[in-house]
Amino acid sequence: MAAATERACGTSPLLPHAWRVAEAWRETGDVVTLALEPAAGDGACDWQPGQFNMLYAFGVGEVPISVSGGTSRRLLHTIREVGPVTRALGALAPGSIVGLRGPFGTAWPLREARGRDLVIAAGGIGLAPLRALIDTVCRERDAFGQVAVLYGTRSPADQLYGPDLDRWRRAGLQVEMTVDHADVDWRGPVGVVTSLVRRVRSDGQRTTAFLCGPEIMMRFMARELEQAGVADSHVWVSLERNMQCATGHCGHCQLGPVFVCADGPVFAWQHVRRLLTVRAL
Amino acid sequence: MTVPSLLTTADLDRLIRMLADGGYTCVGPALRDGAIVYDEIGGVADLPAGWTDVQDAGRYRLERRGDGALFGYNVGAHSWKKYLFPPAEQLWRIPRATDTIRPLTPPQHPVRHAFIGVRGCDLAAIGIQGRVFGHGEHGDGRYAARRDAAFVVAVNCTMAGGTCFCTSMGTGPAAGPGYDLALTELVDADRHGFVVDAGSERGAALLERLACPAAGDAEIADARARVDETAGRMGRTLATDGLREVLLRQLDSPHWDEVGERCLACANCTLVCPTCFCSSVEDVSDLDGSHAERWRRWDSCFNPGFSHIHGGEVRNSTGARYRQWLTHKLATWHDQFGTSGCVGCGRCVTWCPVGIDLTAEAARLREREDSA
Repeated sequence: MAAATERACGTSPLLPHAWRVAEAWRETGDVVTLALEPAAGDGACDWQPGQFNMLYAFGVGEVPISVSGGTSRRLLHTIREVGPVTRALGALAPGSIVGLRGPFGTAWPLREARGRDLVIAAGGIGLAPLRALIDTVCRERDAFGQVAVLYGTRSPADQLYGPDLDRWRRAGLQVEMTVDHADVDWRGPVGVVTSLVRRVRSDGQRTTAFLCGPEIMMRFMARELEQAGVADSHVWVSLERNMQCATGHCGHCQLGPVFVCADGPVFAWQHVRRLLTVRAL
Repeated sequence: MTVPSLLTTADLDRLIRMLADGGYTCVGPALRDGAIVYDEIGGVADLPAGWTDVQDAGRYRLERRGDGALFGYNVGAHSWKKYLFPPAEQLWRIPRATDTIRPLTPPQHPVRHAFIGVRGCDLAAIGIQGRVFGHGEHGDGRYAARRDAAFVVAVNCTMAGGTCFCTSMGTGPAAGPGYDLALTELVDADRHGFVVDAGSERGAALLERLACPAAGDAEIADARARVDETAGRMGRTLATDGLREVLLRQLDSPHWDEVGERCLACANCTLVCPTCFCSSVEDVSDLDGSHAERWRRWDSCFNPGFSHIHGGEVRNSTGARYRQWLTHKLATWHDQFGTSGCVGCGRCVTWCPVGIDLTAEAARLREREDSA
């Protein structure tokens, strides 16, 4: 299992720290990215791709959001507006203050995947926790073999990170996209993201896969990859559960024996596949 | 280890007062509204002398014993967790400011509790919650601080209740390690006293200051025999052998939905359980928006919103919630913390309004597997 990094954002893991919204932009109709910088001079957050922070909107509440890019002093968080807290965060203007606790959880084990082919598959907002991982792969392109990014969304309008997708292609990544519902301008494939696996040129035996999206998508993607010869010990998934403390003590995020906030959110598929086949566990 | 002392009820009263004089807030069993609960006590006069409890699934009644025993009952709805893991606790407050978020933590007024009358099951539960809150990269030090400050006067049980099964769980009826003093009550027609052991240096020091006579061999043997006999009189049993594996093989069993038909999802079992630790974070602000607060409150895996993520509840049926509770308590707790999460106190059985019995449900799941 990937190891969590040492905390660098303050002393008590329960106390939020002040970060300022440096920039905010809308990615799609209901998705916003915030670029955060420490409000105090010495603030920093030493995160790794796959980890998350707890973001607090004053007086409204707190939600777990993956770090989708940036540096230790400029954090990108991409937020889908689905409830009161995410809507409050999405409405923040540059200069506003948010509370931040973190980083928490496990990171994508990219080091162990060096020298291998990669399949990075995302559904919807699931591209956000993978974005920083893909950027790292681009920076260290020679350390990996074939790299495919498979991305499925409900519609073309729901696709995140358009400029990044182009940049990743230019960096030599195979980027394949599909949508559930096409619009008049869409020229790509229509269907579930698992249907893109057959376009992948990598060798299953040499492949490590990183998956993030709805659970049903990750289950079927893992099955598809297994049929393509990828060992389940080389498939990694990022899970979502209700998280409130982020330290493994409030109990909300339990899935069988694991605390998703502390033991995950990134798990080896072989450790959680049985748990995810049980309905409503 | 020092030789056990023999205390009278008057000596026990002096002991409680010495603890209070030493700065401890003494809490122990007390009669309130037809039940025995834990509350502040000033001396033995506040203990429920002569009362006992009669317990069964979904049933709790007090009755007169016919003697003056001070600890002649088992456990009620309260457990010591309300002192070590408060039901509601403010984590911080933040005054409104445009340029920062600066959380202020509430001043810590370290209350040093002396717990009078901790049973073996509950002492084991305190140890289990200590492991839960100390667990992981970001351990919660508040539990350990409160626990370390507490003085524990344990009581070895000399009777077992109708829903007790500490013998199955290995937590009683004799209190295990972790107490400062442990009492065994000897009450007969012609005498009333306590054989008292020290389990710590501070316990031994207090016993020495009490200056009571050493217990005789006969009294020590008598006390031991009463506790040993109690071990054979449990109202319930739970076969723990291989139970974790049985339950984890039964995650898809229709039995969960059958329990879900009976279960009211009222959360009583989780609130009375001395090891259940789940909590929610609640953010509140005042009406003029000048400050915000964060509170931690006991929560329950039976509450529908407990597993909520956008799009709905992960555990969207009562059966799924009961499965989470039972498999966590008896199976996955082992994976997480190295022990069962159940201490055999029987509270969840007694306080279930429809009498769902954890020991019976576990046995039924085992039978279903055997007959499958």
